[in-house]
Amino acid sequence: MGILLQLVFLLLLGTASFYIYKNVKRIRRNILLGKPENRADQPLLRLKTMALVALGQKKMFKKPIPAVLHLAVYLGFLIVNIEILEIVIDGLAGTHRIFAPYLGTIYPLLITVFEFFAVSVIVACVVFLIRRNVLSIPRLQSAELTAAPKLDANIILITEIVLMLALLSMNATDLVLQARGSHHYFATGNFFFSGLLIPFFNLFSNETLVVIERVCWWFHIAGVLAFANYVFYDSKHLHIFMAFINTYFSKLTPAGQFENMPTVTKEVKLMLSLPLTEAETALGEAGRFGAKDAIDLTWKNLLDAYSCTECGRCTQQCPANITGKKLSPRKIMMDTRDRIEEIGKNMDTKGKDYDDGKSLLDTYITAEELLACTTCNACVEACPINIDPLSIIVQLRQYRIMEASQAPAAWNGMLSNIENNAAPWKFSPSDRMNWVEKLNK
Amino acid sequence: MGNITFEAPLMSDAFAKGIQPEVLFWVGCAGSFDDRAKAITVAFVKILNKVGQSFAVLGTEESCTGDPAKRAGNEFLFQMQAMSNIQVLDGYGVKRIVTACPHCFNTLKNEYPNLGGNYEVIHHSTFLQELLDAGKLAIEGGKFEGKKITYHDSCYLGRANRVYEAPRRLIEALDAQLVEMKRSRSKGLCCGAGGAQMFKEPEAGSKDINIERTEEALKTEATIVAAACPFCMTMLSDGMKNKEKEDSVQVLDLAELIALAEGLN
Repeated sequence: MGILLQLVFLLLLGTASFYIYKNVKRIRRNILLGKPENRADQPLLRLKTMALVALGQKKMFKKPIPAVLHLAVYLGFLIVNIEILEIVIDGLAGTHRIFAPYLGTIYPLLITVFEFFAVSVIVACVVFLIRRNVLSIPRLQSAELTAAPKLDANIILITEIVLMLALLSMNATDLVLQARGSHHYFATGNFFFSGLLIPFFNLFSNETLVVIERVCWWFHIAGVLAFANYVFYDSKHLHIFMAFINTYFSKLTPAGQFENMPTVTKEVKLMLSLPLTEAETALGEAGRFGAKDAIDLTWKNLLDAYSCTECGRCTQQCPANITGKKLSPRKIMMDTRDRIEEIGKNMDTKGKDYDDGKSLLDTYITAEELLACTTCNACVEACPINIDPLSIIVQLRQYRIMEASQAPAAWNGMLSNIENNAAPWKFSPSDRMNWVEKLNK
Repeated sequence: MGNITFEAPLMSDAFAKGIQPEVLFWVGCAGSFDDRAKAITVAFVKILNKVGQSFAVLGTEESCTGDPAKRAGNEFLFQMQAMSNIQVLDGYGVKRIVTACPHCFNTLKNEYPNLGGNYEVIHHSTFLQELLDAGKLAIEGGKFEGKKITYHDSCYLGRANRVYEAPRRLIEALDAQLVEMKRSRSKGLCCGAGGAQMFKEPEAGSKDINIERTEEALKTEATIVAAACPFCMTMLSDGMKNKEKEDSVQVLDLAELIALAEGLN
């Protein structure tokens, strides 16, 4: 029986790991469908950014209440997972609480600390559920939060609560069995939080308690593995890993600096008969200017999309959104992710060159949304993990103007004024110094 | 002050005389053509004259930096503008540029170097703060003493380039009471003009962005709203007119505030 259970555990662990591996590969492949962009410079500054923003949650603390609740879940995730290590070893080796004899009196202390975080996770997740489903917090009610993303959020929160309850019940039943001197359940010392549940579990017989303890043990570990698979399959909760990668690859240049397109530089230099650099000479055909579809974006834009946990801090700060325009930076990120997922699925099921006739621009994101952006960087500033929705907006605008010639009439006027009059307004360039007349009046 | 004749030397004249001015004042299109923004240009040039700063302007050789073209998505036009401006600037051996427009500032400072244009570019708020620190500004007390002034962060100065303190230092130097809006510094709300919005009508919505910001400024009960950008100036002035507050609340650029304090009106 023992060996059989060990084999079942091994099979469970192996299957879960295999599917996680497959999904990690899929996500990586999808991200790398994006265009190249160099984000490998300044590794020390990148590590520092990751340490402050992801590990240290620096930007979360602009909103203290959700920040503290989020910190509880985040620390819970990091710390309770140490217990998973013991569970995995026990499962594979057929042992029971393998660390207990080695750690002696420290063991119950350690488990009590884990339990403290498990309780914190439950409290925080209950509050989060109330915030999402009972209170009308505008950030959690916007139009782009349709049924699917709302369900995703609730699944995550409920799963976390259930997993932590299983962990506490497992420990509580273990404590009762220990006190009753039951076979296998050797004394470890008391765990504070699950110890509070002893009076309840004392109502049951030894046989029932062993069943509850084992069921909770298996449910907890199987639940963790299932949840991990859910996260990597298609959930916003992926941010628990992506936050670290994404902040490492943060934009390090000033927020106001938009990339200059090298292919355009080459063509402009040729037009003005300016000498080309070696790199420019080596540049191939220009290809498409700007982005029409998700694969025209850079890999960093796609990484951003997979990192987004749809918290909506960007949209809450967006001046266009605040004043009732259709633009929502969160929707830009959600659309980009949905589209690159769709492209990836098409590649897997219908072949590499399959064209489904859809595109990120128009099918998902409309011109009206793009045109409402003031490029003010409020969304970029607000994102707790340095996602840059503005970069995507600008690339989609570039496609509309440079490839599709779809500028609004007023912008066409502005652009031709710059071209012909050296200013965005229709003034004669010779009048540029007329302000001098006012200098000595 | 009647004895000073204010001058705005041209770069081409200075060059012909073999003079290399210490700093180029990049006036910008708004500062050159927009009537309200011209007053900012005039105020800043008066300050430059008063402190004896060696400077020059490009005059008719200046051209749009390309900022609105780039934000709208026309990279070609932006780079055409940038490269021809770089040719002019390099032709005069320009090293240091000051401008009163955060959009010109951002573009010249951040987007020109990669195209071959390398200059030290500062916004006039930083430049004025340097003058203040060097003791070159007299700032006659009393004019603004006790007055409530709120400062509107320009996106391209603040979030885009992290210049938050210089404008506030200037206002505090006026002995005025600086009152912050609810959304300020890195959380400052856009005036609605950036990203080439200045040059088209806004998309349909429940409110215009400049009205939202104007309402927030009015809530501070300040009698002066300080701006540091000609586009913000337009948007906030329009907002005040919309709210029929143009007579009780003034929207003034930092250069205008300093010029007033220096008795340069």
